[in-house]
Amino acid sequence: MSRHTLDAKRLLCPMPVIRAQDKIKTLSVGDVLEVVCTDPGALQDVPAWCRINGHKVLETKTTDDEVFIIIEVMAAEGMK
Amino acid sequence: MSKQRKAVSLISGGLDSLLATKVILDQGIHVEGINFFTGFCVEGHTHAIRKQDKDKVKRNNALWSAEQLGIKLHIVDVIEEYKDVLLNPKHGYGQNMNPCLDCKGFMVKKAVEWIKENDFDFIITGEVVGQRPMSQRKETMPIIQQESGAGDLLLRPLCAKNLPETLPEREGWVDREKLLDFSGRTRKPQMALAKEFNFEGYATPAGGCCFLTDKNYSDKLVDMWQHRSSRDYELDDLMMLKVGRHIRPNDNFKMIVGREQGENKFMEGYRKMYPYIHSISHNGPLTLIDGTMSEEDAVLAARIAARFGQGRDDEEVEMAVNYLDGTKTILKVKPMSKEEILKAWYV
Ligand code: SF4
Repeated sequence: MSRHTLDAKRLLCPMPVIRAQDKIKTLSVGDVLEVVCTDPGALQDVPAWCRINGHKVLETKTTDDEVFIIIEVMAAEGMK
Repeated sequence: MSKQRKAVSLISGGLDSLLATKVILDQGIHVEGINFFTGFCVEGHTHAIRKQDKDKVKRNNALWSAEQLGIKLHIVDVIEEYKDVLLNPKHGYGQNMNPCLDCKGFMVKKAVEWIKENDFDFIITGEVVGQRPMSQRKETMPIIQQESGAGDLLLRPLCAKNLPETLPEREGWVDREKLLDFSGRTRKPQMALAKEFNFEGYATPAGGCCFLTDKNYSDKLVDMWQHRSSRDYELDDLMMLKVGRHIRPNDNFKMIVGREQGENKFMEGYRKMYPYIHSISHNGPLTLIDGTMSEEDAVLAARIAARFGQGRDDEEVEMAVNYLDGTKTILKVKPMSKEEILKAWYV
């Protein structure tokens, strides 16, 4: 299990989702990914993407300028 | 036991693709969604930028649709490849800068590549014969099949009965009898079916699924192209067309003036990419400059920018013009009156 950070600052949705999705494809089950965004829309979209693709959102945090979404990779993102 | 057949569905976030997918899911097919991000999609963007929309729920309709359907969704960044579709559409543009027919062909072609890579059997879309004047006519349906290379692997569940049989129907993977025969511009059958399926709160975008169908946006895009040596663009250019007032007082530069706090904040992130002007003596918006300015132009731009700040009625305001090389000029200018800012300057 390893921990990774994805800088998705200044990107507007759906780019943070696409970046998170593409990053997760390279990770293994159990890895943790922290996505850092400035678009508050990511707070809806990244967890929605996780729900439909079977990953677990461990935590979301917001500061004045940034949102953080911490995801545990639950399933391999390769196609079945 | 027969093989579990798999289809990929082009999910735009609208009602038609939602319904088409549901019809196929109900026939026991494994469906996953695919959504292409061209850079022009209506989803998110401006809502995220403008503060006044802060209280509205921001949702991505493609993700929402997938969640309603209980399917996976793959969002694919096609910004680079899409440039050729937009810049050189074989079938031309619709009412604005929307190359819908080429765009549909391109997306289905990408889906063909995707099903080959991922071992899926066929493709579905929410197209309806006669629904849209450009891309969804009886004559254009086979063009999309041909040019995308999908051929009879492309099934349109909502109007399949009005079209020739496709492979999934011939092979009995899906039952043609349970497919639909929608046609024309009316939305009533879709709404009735949505009710039957208990879908509520679905998106009803006016016009189309992307900004290219929007006249204001298209005008700004054309203006940008006309004033640059190349029609190439980056995602940042597309973002900039969505924010602020666009004023072109001179061929060599355009001003992008923030309209409210959310936009100003968003535009602050671009201060390293564009020269910018802001007021020192009063509160006022941030103005980015796209292009190059002479000293005279800088005075003109500062006077226009001052019009949108709180010092607009004062005799003199102090404006800072910041250049990309890090230099800054402070100008004392008289704000332009409303009448002096020509209507023709607004893009
Ligand atoms: S509205 Fe935009 S995204 Fe939709 S088909 Fe036309 S060009 Fe493509």
